[in-house]
Amino acid sequence: MTSIWSQLEPLLAKVQKPARYIGCEDGAPDPVHAPHRASWLFTYPDTYEIGLPNQGLQILTEIVNERADGVAERAYAPWTDLEDEMRAAGVPLFSVDTHRPAGEFDLLAFNLSAELTYTNLLNCVDLAGVPVRTADRADDDPLVVAGGHCTYNPEPLADFLDLVVLGDGEEAVGEITAAVAAWKQAGKPDRAAFLAELARIPGVYVPSLYEATYLPDGRLDETVPVHPDAPDQVEKNTIADLGDWPYPRRQLVPLTEVVHDRLNVEVFRGCTRGCRFCQAGMITRPVRERPADQVRTMVSEGLARTGYDEVALTSLSTADFSGIEDVVRDIVDDPSNDGQVTVSLPSLRVDAFGVGIAAQIQKARRTGLTFAPEAGTWRMRQVINKLIREEDLYSAVEAAYSQGWRRVKLYFLTGLPTETDEDTLGIVELAKNCVEIGRRHQQRPSVTVSVGGFVPKPHTPFQWFGQNTNAELQRKIDLVRDAAKRHRGVEVKWHDPKASVIEGLMSRGDRRLGAVIEEVWRRGGTFQEWSERFRLDLWTEAMANAGLEVDWYVYRHRTEDESLPWDHLSAGLHRDFLWQDWRDALAEVGLPDCRWTPCYDCGACTGYSIEHVVASATPPAGGSQGTGQDLASGGAVPVVLLSRPPVGVS
Amino acid sequence: MKLRVRYSKLGKVRFLSHRDVARVWERAIRRAHLPIAYSEGFSPRPKLHFGLALSVGHESVDEYLDIDLREPVPLEGLPEALSDCLPVGLDATDVAELPPGVASLQEAVDLVVWRFAVPAGSTEGVERRVAEVLDADELLIEVERKGKPQQLDLRPQVASIEVHDLDGDDDLPPEVSDLATAGGLAVIAELLTRPRSVRPGELLAALGLAGVDVRVRRLHQFTDTDGVRRPPMAETDADPAPALQGAG
Repeated sequence: MTSIWSQLEPLLAKVQKPARYIGCEDGAPDPVHAPHRASWLFTYPDTYEIGLPNQGLQILTEIVNERADGVAERAYAPWTDLEDEMRAAGVPLFSVDTHRPAGEFDLLAFNLSAELTYTNLLNCVDLAGVPVRTADRADDDPLVVAGGHCTYNPEPLADFLDLVVLGDGEEAVGEITAAVAAWKQAGKPDRAAFLAELARIPGVYVPSLYEATYLPDGRLDETVPVHPDAPDQVEKNTIADLGDWPYPRRQLVPLTEVVHDRLNVEVFRGCTRGCRFCQAGMITRPVRERPADQVRTMVSEGLARTGYDEVALTSLSTADFSGIEDVVRDIVDDPSNDGQVTVSLPSLRVDAFGVGIAAQIQKARRTGLTFAPEAGTWRMRQVINKLIREEDLYSAVEAAYSQGWRRVKLYFLTGLPTETDEDTLGIVELAKNCVEIGRRHQQRPSVTVSVGGFVPKPHTPFQWFGQNTNAELQRKIDLVRDAAKRHRGVEVKWHDPKASVIEGLMSRGDRRLGAVIEEVWRRGGTFQEWSERFRLDLWTEAMANAGLEVDWYVYRHRTEDESLPWDHLSAGLHRDFLWQDWRDALAEVGLPDCRWTPCYDCGACTGYSIEHVVASATPPAGGSQGTGQDLASGGAVPVVLLSRPPVGVS
Repeated sequence: MKLRVRYSKLGKVRFLSHRDVARVWERAIRRAHLPIAYSEGFSPRPKLHFGLALSVGHESVDEYLDIDLREPVPLEGLPEALSDCLPVGLDATDVAELPPGVASLQEAVDLVVWRFAVPAGSTEGVERRVAEVLDADELLIEVERKGKPQQLDLRPQVASIEVHDLDGDDDLPPEVSDLATAGGLAVIAELLTRPRSVRPGELLAALGLAGVDVRVRRLHQFTDTDGVRRPPMAETDADPAPALQGAG
């Protein structure tokens, strides 16, 4: 086995935070490479601190290493200081487990969670010594693979990816491993033919087997297979039962500081709240809960094994987990935890019920609570289908301040479809009212408003919406900021909307953006998700050089008949469902959560003959968020579907 | 009950920072089910007390840590139990109960012995410069204090420096000579910690070795009372040799 450790070691003395390149984590794999094993290098195209906690890569690494025909290690993007040293010394990208050169693996597999990491993917492939374009790769070069949420529109990266895996990776990773192991033993003949073979595996998309054509006006005509083995439409993978996959069994415990440095236990996958801006909620349907007893076991064994004193129960909306109160109580009261274990929920429901759970968890350290109403007025929240009433928010805030919390943080989006200045200013109005509620209980309550610019995402009802311009987003942020100055206790934070332009460009872009990504990468534009490294000028120049317009891609509304670059990829959602939901949004009509109400046939269950796996037929006690109505009685369709005519898009 | 633990930090984990090591210890203590005491107050913290910080990239075979426990525990087998809960390269080598009133590690240690492994190819002139430093009355270096450059004289804090060949000619203990640098040198320096700890890098710069890939390893920490040196904890019979296989 080869290791570049002895070449790397002297370089580590010269760089920041060298501990992120040494591996040695508790739970790290002890990989056994062999000619009959397909070797994966699971790579997160950002720094170790961001990438190590990624649960998807940890799950897949474990599953492959349990197989007799596979072996897996991990890599992360080296920060620019180490990259410079590596390039100068001729040291390639390496795995952190055995410091093996990346080019010696059979598969370089990337998690794509954020569009702004695309240039890092190219950089990692290049640092591995592999040609960045698929067309330039030799038969025995590693296969470059991608999975994760961004792969629901991987078209901007089509020139660089050999294969893409849509949806849950737990099953697909095994099938790909078996195929690659057999191909490897045969001496890796005829890469193109092998890729076509892989395209027959459910959920596997091979971009080179498709061709995109364009209309004279520049819009996409269609993306069609040019190989008989490639399906017209690639369907995502969906595991039917999360209980069959209790991974990670050995969560990695890093030796140095990372984000989310705690035990993470995924309590369910999928979400049917139906928030129309939320890509994660659309593409991960249906809801599949982990059995509560398995959650308890994973928590208690995980805490004992890792020595962590904090566990996060993760999902897209953890308070909706059936029996969440019992599970939380059991963890907090478990005597073996020494009374020192903290439970954290990544998101809190905006009502008194959510605060009740928080109160159970945070007996001490009641500093701040975070809620995400997402929009400032009821009208706007109907458009986005985040059906929190003002009363829900105020009761949550009242509960928080009266029980000792001193700071409340509220998350909002701006630049939403149909948003008026009244809606935007409604953000400040809500925050001001929350401060006033706080004054009844606290000397100096504070409310922090965090505003992010909305970026429309593929496979959501808002995929047809033209994103607000950079200038318009900045104007709205300024509106909020200026209005908030008049109210003591309201503090405003915002994200720089410049980066949202490029996030939007990649999010809904097509194959023609490949040349743009490559040019930005070649000119040093890596780590674009780090604000201090983001270079809007590189992107706009590269777009101009490619003869493309940023405005056309990002700010233009799409029409119903327009072909979208991801039309040949399916998250199970019917296109007419999404279009109807878009019309409903414009008509300010809400849609109920189908977990507890009749099905409205979005396609995610019926298309794959699977169902929601939810332990309780009724929503959590007191639950109202998601429908604007009290669902405690259970069962009844709570939202009146108005028959108002849809509003046209300008 | 208070414990003092002696441990080593060798190999890849030498790149961990002082804070990283503290976090690793907190988790190891929980995994080993030691009944550690927590501070009172708004956000309770486990009561761990570390000695002089070891810089990122430096190794050691003589680190110490004090732990406050809520209740007594048997000490037998404890170093091994703790090592099992620590990553490769961090190993507990000894544990002793700390009698009440013992000085903290920061107060107790006033002399540190360092090993600098100078690779072959960078050894020229090292012996001469060592002799010059030892002969000199002062060894001035420039440091920055509150944003202003200031001169410091290191010489009074350099107790001794020896130079050994790493070729195996010398009968060196394994913690000094394990590094496979044929033709290299081992510089052993005894540096005082008061009034201000001499940083290994400062001495290396004075010896013309700035920018050279020198492997730095702490060999000993001592309390020096009128020339009598005592380690921060009494040697016990159960003292296992530091695990050097972690060094690479």
